Amino acid sequence: MITLTIDGKTVRTESGTTVLNAARGAAIEIPTLCHHESLPPYGSCRICLVEVTQRGRTRLVSSCTLPVAEGMEVNTKSEKVMRIRRMLAELFLARCPDSKVIRELAAQFNVTKSRFRKPVGEPSSIVGEEGCILCGMCVRLCDDVLKIGALSFEGRGGGRRVTTPFGEPSDVCMTCGACSSICPTGAIEHHRIWEHVPQRIPFEFEEGLTHRKPIYIPFAQAVPRVPVIDKHTCMHFKTNGCKVCEDNCEAKAIRHAQEDEMVELDVGAIVVATGFQLFDARQLVRYGYGRFDNVLSALEFERISHASGPTGGKVLKKDGTPPQSVAILHCIGSRDENYQKYCSRVCCMYSLKFAHLIREKTHADVYNFYIDMRAFGKGYEEFYKRLLAEGVYFIRGKAAEVTDAAESPEEKGKLIVIGEDTLLGLTRRIPVDMVILSTGIKPAQGAEELARLLSLSCTQGQFYLEKHPKLAPVDTASDGIFLAGACQGPKDIPDAVAQGAAAAAGALALIDGGKVVLEPITSEIDEKLCAGCKICIASCPYVAIEFDEEKKISRVIEELCKGCGTCVAACPSGAARQRNFEDVQIYAEIEGILHPETEPVLRE
Amino acid sequence: MEEASFEPKIVGFLCRWCSYTGADLAGTSRVQYPSNVVAVRVMCSGRVDPTFVVKAFADGADGVLIAGCHPGDCHYLEGNYKAMRRVPMLKNLLSQFGIEPARLRLEWVSASEGEQFAALVKEFTEQVRALGPLRWEERVAALSESA
Repeated sequence: MITLTIDGKTVRTESGTTVLNAARGAAIEIPTLCHHESLPPYGSCRICLVEVTQRGRTRLVSSCTLPVAEGMEVNTKSEKVMRIRRMLAELFLARCPDSKVIRELAAQFNVTKSRFRKPVGEPSSIVGEEGCILCGMCVRLCDDVLKIGALSFEGRGGGRRVTTPFGEPSDVCMTCGACSSICPTGAIEHHRIWEHVPQRIPFEFEEGLTHRKPIYIPFAQAVPRVPVIDKHTCMHFKTNGCKVCEDNCEAKAIRHAQEDEMVELDVGAIVVATGFQLFDARQLVRYGYGRFDNVLSALEFERISHASGPTGGKVLKKDGTPPQSVAILHCIGSRDENYQKYCSRVCCMYSLKFAHLIREKTHADVYNFYIDMRAFGKGYEEFYKRLLAEGVYFIRGKAAEVTDAAESPEEKGKLIVIGEDTLLGLTRRIPVDMVILSTGIKPAQGAEELARLLSLSCTQGQFYLEKHPKLAPVDTASDGIFLAGACQGPKDIPDAVAQGAAAAAGALALIDGGKVVLEPITSEIDEKLCAGCKICIASCPYVAIEFDEEKKISRVIEELCKGCGTCVAACPSGAARQRNFEDVQIYAEIEGILHPETEPVLRE
Repeated sequence: MEEASFEPKIVGFLCRWCSYTGADLAGTSRVQYPSNVVAVRVMCSGRVDPTFVVKAFADGADGVLIAGCHPGDCHYLEGNYKAMRRVPMLKNLLSQFGIEPARLRLEWVSASEGEQFAALVKEFTEQVRALGPLRWEERVAALSESA
């Protein structure tokens, strides 16, 4: 430990620390411009100058580069220091008169005007109007931290500037955007470094309505609520550099070396709850999703209307103004002979919820284009009635098209929903500001592979089939595998919760029982008849038949036998038998079917 | 003519997991299809002993349908593959008896394919109807005479 004095205050700190960090640790503020925690000290801007007295000698040193020493006396606010900082601020202000950061810094020292001229020199190829202060943070970040090296200094004196080699578009730049985000004056114009504009990463949870960083918390209620790193966009995995997040994490919780793990678990029961995905409205080009800014999918509107969403719960168009009128188009992709024939079940109710929220938040006119109103649950019909009373318009008929081709002055600049009102027998053109597509529910991506993996049967285009639609709605044909939620079919939250609870209870009953009840249909092998040919052993898919070397006969291990009877059909000597599916029983069935007396049944 | 009112008798060996459930679904969905196929439930299409088929024909069946899970979907991993290998051999055997191999059919019907099951039964019934009554005893007698 080293003891020094800063502004008359005794500070104890570890050796190797810089005076700047020691001062900040003691809550003494020193202004900086070119300093950044993730970059090595550089000392180019000089704004952090302090007066240091050591062994009777006083000098001015940049605090960010000066290591602490025993008995050092530091004055961060002496008259001399302040005078120099004012001069520096004036010089910066001359260079970047339009930069907000520089003007604020100068204001700290009561400098609002500069006596100096803006330096005349050839402007850098990558710096915009804001003006570069030559702090070199971008160069150091790109070079030392990200290990890309697309930027460097060029020229001397008044001609010094940050640029790409030969001032030409860089071919090593990876458009990560780090230089423009670290730049204290916001001077770097990224498109001048490379022709490519950095693409912001769409935030999946917000349906791409906002953007995220390569390290991010998946969503506000995520459990555990910890950040994750997106390997595909994180610069560390591209250049082996960066790790800025690791440097900044006080808890040292970030490990870039961590690999994806495959975890193998032996379990007694499986609950399949893989959910659903939304129908992609881009497939239906006529509704303009993806073409018009204010045509939204149901999930996008859900985010917009949500208090934690990108607009903080305000219903706003893309241009940030509230809509005057909104159309909600039901059955997009559902009940459609060309896409999904089935009803997605939840869309009517969430569309009503949307209509209610829009009325409540914006007082906009809301038009629902529906085929049938399916308010099927407890309290749902009452909710529909309430919306009728709230003045929401309901037009019975599926919307045919959304267009921006105005035919009259009042349609100008609006989206026009065209559809038949089947109750009036008229084609309607409704100009609106926003269109919400009530997109239907599809089985989750990968549902088919999972079905194969778990031997699940599927109905209605890959929704999983329950064991019995009425008597065993959460079980599957495979013992110990249960279904919960929309993987079994479109369902709303109460139904999904109920099914989930039932599936959990089913799984627990299996585990808690400690015993598994087998069906009494296992095979057995008659010792006297067995010739020891081992054909049964080869035919058994469960390795449930062992061979008794002493007696030269095969024997069924009952606990392993699942009762398929394949060995029975294969046994050439008739030694293998399947309980309750004995050959004689099946013969009797065949005889029963073909007996003349049963013929009236056949003839109806 | 007798042929006009001929109602074929078909024994269906249906696997308990896929095809029997599929047939059940056809029933619960109230799909209409001929009642000529009468089901014998077996645990797996691999359980269908060739003697069952021969016995069915010998006892007066005009056709036999074996239905199991789709390849790769077998509840018992590979029982349907066993059936798949047995049926061509059985057809070979039937033709040696002078029986048209088309009277025996192996098909895959999953638990969700109620409609497909009904369509299969409809089609197979018509196929067997077109072949006419089997008359096992006459055929076997003719076979032993010629031998």
